[in-house]
Amino acid sequence: SSLKQQNCERLQTAKDEDEDVADPIDDREIFDLIRSINDPEHPLSLEELNVVEQVRVRVDDQENTVGVEFTPTIPHCSMATLIGLSIKVKLLRSLPERFKIDVHITPGMHTSEDAVNKQLADKERVAAALENSQLLEVVNQCLISNARTS
Amino acid sequence: NKFNAHPDSRCWYVAWNPKGTLLASCGGDRAIRIWGREGDSWECKTLLQDGHQRTVRKVAWSPCGNYLASASFDATTCIWKKKNDDFECLTVLEGHENEVKCVAWAPSGNLLATCSRDKSVWIWEVDEENENEYECVSVVNSHTQDVKHVVWHPTQELLASCSYDNNVCVYKEEDDDWECRATLEGHTSTVWGLTFDPSGQRLASCSDDCTVKIWKECQPEEGTDVAWKCVCTLSGFHGRTVYDIAWCPLTGALATACGDDGVRVFKEDETADPDQPAFSLSAHVPKAHTQDVNCIAWHPKEAGLLVSCSDNGEIAVWNYQSGV
Repeated sequence: SSLKQQNCERLQTAKDEDEDVADPIDDREIFDLIRSINDPEHPLSLEELNVVEQVRVRVDDQENTVGVEFTPTIPHCSMATLIGLSIKVKLLRSLPERFKIDVHITPGMHTSEDAVNKQLADKERVAAALENSQLLEVVNQCLISNARTS
Repeated sequence: NKFNAHPDSRCWYVAWNPKGTLLASCGGDRAIRIWGREGDSWECKTLLQDGHQRTVRKVAWSPCGNYLASASFDATTCIWKKKNDDFECLTVLEGHENEVKCVAWAPSGNLLATCSRDKSVWIWEVDEENENEYECVSVVNSHTQDVKHVVWHPTQELLASCSYDNNVCVYKEEDDDWECRATLEGHTSTVWGLTFDPSGQRLASCSDDCTVKIWKECQPEEGTDVAWKCVCTLSGFHGRTVYDIAWCPLTGALATACGDDGVRVFKEDETADPDQPAFSLSAHVPKAHTQDVNCIAWHPKEAGLLVSCSDNGEIAVWNYQSGV
């Protein structure tokens, strides 16, 4: 059996002649993107609050996957979804389109872990949420980079 | 044949008109585009830009092909009438509390179903005398979460829906009111898509749990008149969320759209037991698009012709040939 693009003699792969051959993306690079995201409630970064750590970032450049575990400051943290969303948005805006991005709560670190993870994994829910201008503004506030970090 | 349909944005859905001469697509750019064949390529015939204030999630052609319905995150469903190459907005259906995720016309053309993140499924009746008049005849709240998709049975007045609550619901009309008659449990995560087989005896569902399930209508228990059971699960084929599934009305082949960027076609094996069908992977394009595939649809007239669309804004048309 065959599945071919119509009117093509052979299957075309995605055009990437223009893309420079870049160094593979690694854990450190991802961490650098998310470390200075602001906490929505406190004047501190996610790194300063230990919400994100480099050791909890997993990148597979070959497989085009990025996994980030984040640890809410307290198990009942009501900002968990918002923090996860900010991390996700930062990565979506910064990384090449080829990456599949998974953001979830460090296992065992939140009472509504499954519910929060499910929302973050649902791209339709994320897309709709970001069309809410108030929520988008809050997310953008978290993503404003501080002068003191590079 | 691959073309960019929604610049700088995702293409969420694409649908053939009943004659198979046009494609309607919709996306995150809040627009609907109608495409027609010009020789070897597809040309945009119409751009409907001002119908919705947010993402347009799905579009559906009426069975006669003269109307198009669009479902949007702005909580409305728009009904458009085709006038040559142009479309005029006839009416806007309001009522859902938040994002409308799907709209579907019944094969009779007299009924429309919509579903939403507000957890409800609405059934609307089209006024025979007045094409502008749509009346909501039922609001059903059987799901406990966001309802992702609704699909009508090909021959009976039966409706199915699927949800973020991991279930599929089947609805029938009783005394002018629509009710959920069966809840199909089994998937372990959000169910994104549904499709009936050509006879309507079986239903296929696809899920975030990376599987496809085939359900068959079976002997109901005392006190119920509708029962469905899962007769087959296709697992190990999809690497990520399966966003859409389509059963070809002409050939019976089953196509899927996956978050691992792939398009797959499954064929049913010859088996002795109709209660234990088996399907084999017949064709697989691992990189059908450079990003998630959101939608897959078989051409209504031409066997083997398939259309898909992706988060990268592209639409691709495929030729599937079943091997000898």
